[in-house]
Amino acid sequence: MTVFEYAPAPESAAIADVRASYGLFIDGEFTDGGGEPFKTVNPATEEALAEVATADQADVDRAVAAARRAFETVWGPMPGTERAKYLFRIARLLQERSRELAVLESIDNGKPIRESRDVDLPLVAAHFFYYAGWADKLGHAGFGPDPRPLGVAGQVIPWNFPLLMLAWKIAPALACGNTVVLKPAETTPLTALLFAGICRQAGLPPGVVNIVTGAGETGRLLTGHPGIDKVAFTGSTGVGRQIARQVAGTRKRLTLELGGKAANIVFDDAPIDQAVEGIVNGIFFNQGHVCCAGSRLLVQESVAAELLERLRTRMATLRVGDPLDKNTDIGAINSAAQLARIQDLVAAGEAEGAERWAPACDLPAQGYWFPPTVFTQVAASHRIAQEEIFGPVLSVLTFRTPDEAVTKANNTPYGLSAGIWTDKGSRILWTAQRLRAGIVWANTFNKFDPASPFGGYKESGYGREGGRHGLEAYLDV
Amino acid sequence: MSDRLTVRKTYKLYIAGAFPRSESGRTYVVNDAKGGFAANAAKASRKDVRDAVAAARKAQPGWADRTAYNRGQILYRIAEMLEGRHDEFTAELRRTGLSKADAAAHVDAAVDRWVWYAGWADKLAAVTGAANPVSGPFFNFSTPEPTGVVAVVAPDDPLLGLVSVLAPAIVAGSTAVVLASELSPLPAVVLAEVLATSDLPGGVVNILTGDRAELAPWLASHMDVNAIDLTGAAPDQAPELEGAAAGNLKRVLRPSGTDWTATPGIDRMTAFLETKTVWHPVGV
Repeated sequence: MTVFEYAPAPESAAIADVRASYGLFIDGEFTDGGGEPFKTVNPATEEALAEVATADQADVDRAVAAARRAFETVWGPMPGTERAKYLFRIARLLQERSRELAVLESIDNGKPIRESRDVDLPLVAAHFFYYAGWADKLGHAGFGPDPRPLGVAGQVIPWNFPLLMLAWKIAPALACGNTVVLKPAETTPLTALLFAGICRQAGLPPGVVNIVTGAGETGRLLTGHPGIDKVAFTGSTGVGRQIARQVAGTRKRLTLELGGKAANIVFDDAPIDQAVEGIVNGIFFNQGHVCCAGSRLLVQESVAAELLERLRTRMATLRVGDPLDKNTDIGAINSAAQLARIQDLVAAGEAEGAERWAPACDLPAQGYWFPPTVFTQVAASHRIAQEEIFGPVLSVLTFRTPDEAVTKANNTPYGLSAGIWTDKGSRILWTAQRLRAGIVWANTFNKFDPASPFGGYKESGYGREGGRHGLEAYLDV
Repeated sequence: MSDRLTVRKTYKLYIAGAFPRSESGRTYVVNDAKGGFAANAAKASRKDVRDAVAAARKAQPGWADRTAYNRGQILYRIAEMLEGRHDEFTAELRRTGLSKADAAAHVDAAVDRWVWYAGWADKLAAVTGAANPVSGPFFNFSTPEPTGVVAVVAPDDPLLGLVSVLAPAIVAGSTAVVLASELSPLPAVVLAEVLATSDLPGGVVNILTGDRAELAPWLASHMDVNAIDLTGAAPDQAPELEGAAAGNLKRVLRPSGTDWTATPGIDRMTAFLETKTVWHPVGV
């Protein structure tokens, strides 16, 4: 086979101006935090990028008070037409500064620049643009003639799509007339703080958006704060459960977008090459740090051998390395802790008898890396078939009949997403109807759009983000 | 006045389409509004709760697989059967303390409520679904689907309140386990007799009577229940039940101050719907 050699094609890290230290963004101002500051690390080099403030109880109190004040005096009373224009402004500023934001996202998160540039940032701007248009049309959204906002939303987001998850949280909240206090993930706070600057450039009234940084304790202070009306969380099912218990009995509204263990089902009549691309995109996109990743491949027995051979061939062409290199397919694992979790589950897979394979693959000496990996001989009871790995690790199971495929696909407490590969239309619809999952990709995978509702069944959480459905999470209906 | 001794009814549970006594053998005395003996109602146990959940789970896929038109027809059939027993329900409600006129009006409203929800069965998807205009060559549509097994802690309004929480829970294809009013459980048991004769498949609705404070926590923490309606839960117990429901991230409905005589909105139906979004490429 011809070997293609690629010259390095690095994007310039200098495009992003990383400051030595960052404060909290409260009431339109950057301020110090009362907690012990923490360092955010470039996972591709293990070098500290910046020191970031930790919000303590007093800081969260200030942020919630600022958001309340802004809700009552400015943002709540403001006509939807005016709110819309602020959001359109933000969308435009995001587009103008998307290169800078994409580089900063890749540096702080480890994701390939190709993904942050071509997927994350366009979706971020599109999300604000989409919900901007809703702000003055809420009476037509099917929630009554004049649906009211909830008030102050406390929002906690994960590290896998830092800015995109911020957009999914802030854009609909603001469009509906709420104000927000948002906590970005501890390992990826930088783009949220750059976004705070964009809010200032947009002239957004102080207190409408507040960003508090810190670890889990800051998140608990926020979600448990008596001054907020709404909690929105994206993250693990374990933490989602804790938040649901914390919120129980408080009358706060709650939406949760949690983990997944999606089945990607390949039938024997599937277009094999397209399916292989879909499988690769399903599990190796964003290093597999995707709640809706297609982490369980269910392949019909009669085509399993051929499919797996082509999959291995394709995996051998994936380039793992520098996130800022435009040729990179798989970047750095986001943190040492996440790498350890992936390694633990992979070790469990081997110990339980599954067969591990990864292409020969040079990994950089510094940084957190994991090669694209596939497990065959996986049983439904194995940990790698049950637990969310959140890394570039695929578990392969086989099936004989469509009924068996559906039963195996649904055999999980999760219910976020699923994939179907077949050329037969009636089989797509039959399978899609039976899968207990909030998003079903048929002959495609990992597609996202602000107009398309996203969210889970069962223990993958409740509420939808995106589309008309996404408004409900921020309206008093 | 005839000398004939009337034949009284035994009020039992309704599980999987059958009318068993509580497996525990327990009963409790239900009095009428004047304090006189009305009946011994079954006092359901934790095991009855588990049996009811198992029956609801078993019935759920088949109920969801019925066409929306068929579910609507069955709900309408329930209204017909309820209308046919109008006098019996009026008598039951009078025993709970309503005047004859009020009791009859409540039965009227309960019949009408079934009719109202029956009509929703084949319209919900049109109102809550969507074709989504995504930025790319994809056909993308969202459809509502039933959440699964719904636990209902029914309000104390013994017929109209019960019907108002039960109909929306099942109309879209979920199945229900209902804890009836503890104070006035008898109309719920008679309603079960209506349900049993309305072509509603066994297990779609299961009705338990007994000590709600004892039974509700078992439902709230049951790992095979997908959602819980806390309308009738005691205010001091509701937070504990919400916390227990977090164990498997149940959808929780906890409204306050509902006026059962007002025309409902669609929120009780959408509370037990999931939205499924399907993508497919468009191409030749």
